[in-house]
Amino acid sequence: MFRIQNNTITKKLTRMNMLVSGAALLMACASFVTYDLFAFRETIVRNLSIQARVAGSNSVTALVFNDSHTAENTLSALKAAPNIVSAGIYTLDGQIFAAYEREPGTQLPRFISADHDETHSFKDGSVIVTNSIVFQGKPTGMVYIRSDLRALNAQLQLYAIIAAAVLAASLGTALWLSSVFRRSITEPIRHLADVAGMVSRDKNYTVRATLPKSRDELSTLIESFNDMLTQIQGRDGALQLAHAELEQRVSERTFQLAAANKELESFSYSVSHDLRAPLRSIDGFSQALLEDCSETLNDDGRAHLQRIRKATQRMGFLIEDLLNLSRVSRTEMHTQNLDISALACSIANDLQNAQPERQIELQIEDGLKTRADPGLLRVVLENLLNNAWKFTSKHASAHIAFGMARGNGTPAFFVRDDGAGFDPAFADRLFGAFQRLHAMTEFAGTGVGLATVQRIVHRHGGRIWAESALGQGATFYFTLSETDS
Amino acid sequence: MNNKVILLVEDNPDDEALTLRALRKNNIVNEVVIVRDGVEALEYLFGDGGYAGRDVTRMPQVVLLDLKLPKLDGLGVLRRLRSDARTKLLPVVILTSSNEEQDRMKSYDLGANSYVRKPVDFDQFLDAATQLGLYWLVLNEPPPRRL
Repeated sequence: MFRIQNNTITKKLTRMNMLVSGAALLMACASFVTYDLFAFRETIVRNLSIQARVAGSNSVTALVFNDSHTAENTLSALKAAPNIVSAGIYTLDGQIFAAYEREPGTQLPRFISADHDETHSFKDGSVIVTNSIVFQGKPTGMVYIRSDLRALNAQLQLYAIIAAAVLAASLGTALWLSSVFRRSITEPIRHLADVAGMVSRDKNYTVRATLPKSRDELSTLIESFNDMLTQIQGRDGALQLAHAELEQRVSERTFQLAAANKELESFSYSVSHDLRAPLRSIDGFSQALLEDCSETLNDDGRAHLQRIRKATQRMGFLIEDLLNLSRVSRTEMHTQNLDISALACSIANDLQNAQPERQIELQIEDGLKTRADPGLLRVVLENLLNNAWKFTSKHASAHIAFGMARGNGTPAFFVRDDGAGFDPAFADRLFGAFQRLHAMTEFAGTGVGLATVQRIVHRHGGRIWAESALGQGATFYFTLSETDS
Repeated sequence: MNNKVILLVEDNPDDEALTLRALRKNNIVNEVVIVRDGVEALEYLFGDGGYAGRDVTRMPQVVLLDLKLPKLDGLGVLRRLRSDARTKLLPVVILTSSNEEQDRMKSYDLGANSYVRKPVDFDQFLDAATQLGLYWLVLNEPPPRRL
């Protein structure tokens, strides 16, 4: 690509040189030739005029004595001049007196006017000179000489050949000189183009263009180009360094993250296996104690043991929920398009079947779709609907709704109940693990459910928030991603 | 039913006692052989080591296998059992604390017949033991004896 442009520059420069020198030479040749032709024409006219005068003065006697034969003899001396086509002596009244014709048939005018002493004219490829013959101060007759322009044409041809030769020689020299000098222009450009091509092709910023020996605009350009390369090289180096540092940091972080994940994994695994075993022992042997030694225990003792068992079981639930919470973060997500309304219906049906005695008016908006991990979304809806069931349990009849809120802002799914609600002052504590806004005796639970829900919603790139007033029910809103609609 | 042996692979003495208590409370009086780790379990089943000379044609009706075990863990035991022609079809029930997905996945993958979690609540534990005993000792027909 660069080479083509370079060639174009070479061609342009050559063409320019040729045109300039050609034009100058042509003009010079033309002016020289023009000048010479004019000078030559004048010389011809002068010579003819002299010859006319000589012939005239030689014919004076013949004219005076009316001896045309002698006059014709005199004129025949003009044979020596091969350029003279015809000549004539005319009487004062313009009648032909004597004639000379180099070749017969040459038309001599029978009559010429003698108004002027001396005239010349160029006509039909020949030049005609007339001259008056003066004898003893009185005009006696006229001489007419007609010459061809062979000499002039020969001169013209010679000039043309010389001009062409000079033009050719000069243009050749100019071509040779320009090819020598244009190298000093095109070579640095070509070199610059090559280096630029190398830089853009190989992303190699260490190369530099060589400066030409002479200082001119091109060397300035090349210098600037080299400066630019130095700057790019510097920045590229810094960028690569930063990039490498970033890579290093990313790989370190990834490694740390992987290690942390592994640790979390093995921690959860241990919790899952090892933390429950002692609880089982406590609960199991408390029960054994109650069964085997019931006679030796008084009521207080039995009540204490019951409390121990309850606490143990509660601890078991806590561990269970904590593991679920951590599992929510650890499991791989596989999102797919889901009918969230159908999912809400199926969960609500399960809840209704578990507590058929509850009077619950259920309202589920139909046909809501979303994209989520099916298992995790189920956990979200189970928790929210379970809560709605739980916190309306003190009411004789309840109203629970699931749907989509399409207010101003992003549309959000919601689960609404008309149960106990919560104090909005503590709304920010709602989603923290082990945070409970109600007394244990009032509503059961570990306080991990909403933390789990929030974690799932966040993993889907969504948001969750709640609105409530104490005793007036609660509404939980959530989005699963920015693209929900 | 009385000559059917249960092999309990369990390293936690509390769990062992509770399991035995649960079984007894459900009137399951079959012999329960207890081994403390994975290696011992294999020695018992194949008649090696401390169990050299045991009549290995007398296989337990069911193996109750914990996952977390000293020396060789439950999954390792299961892998060895399934790769040996003598125990390939032996009913093995994983009885463990964990309900980790990876444990369940690997257990079934290696050919466990069942996966039962030991609940914290002893009442639920009793219930589980009842159903286990009833199912594996009474209801379930074992594979035909090896030829």
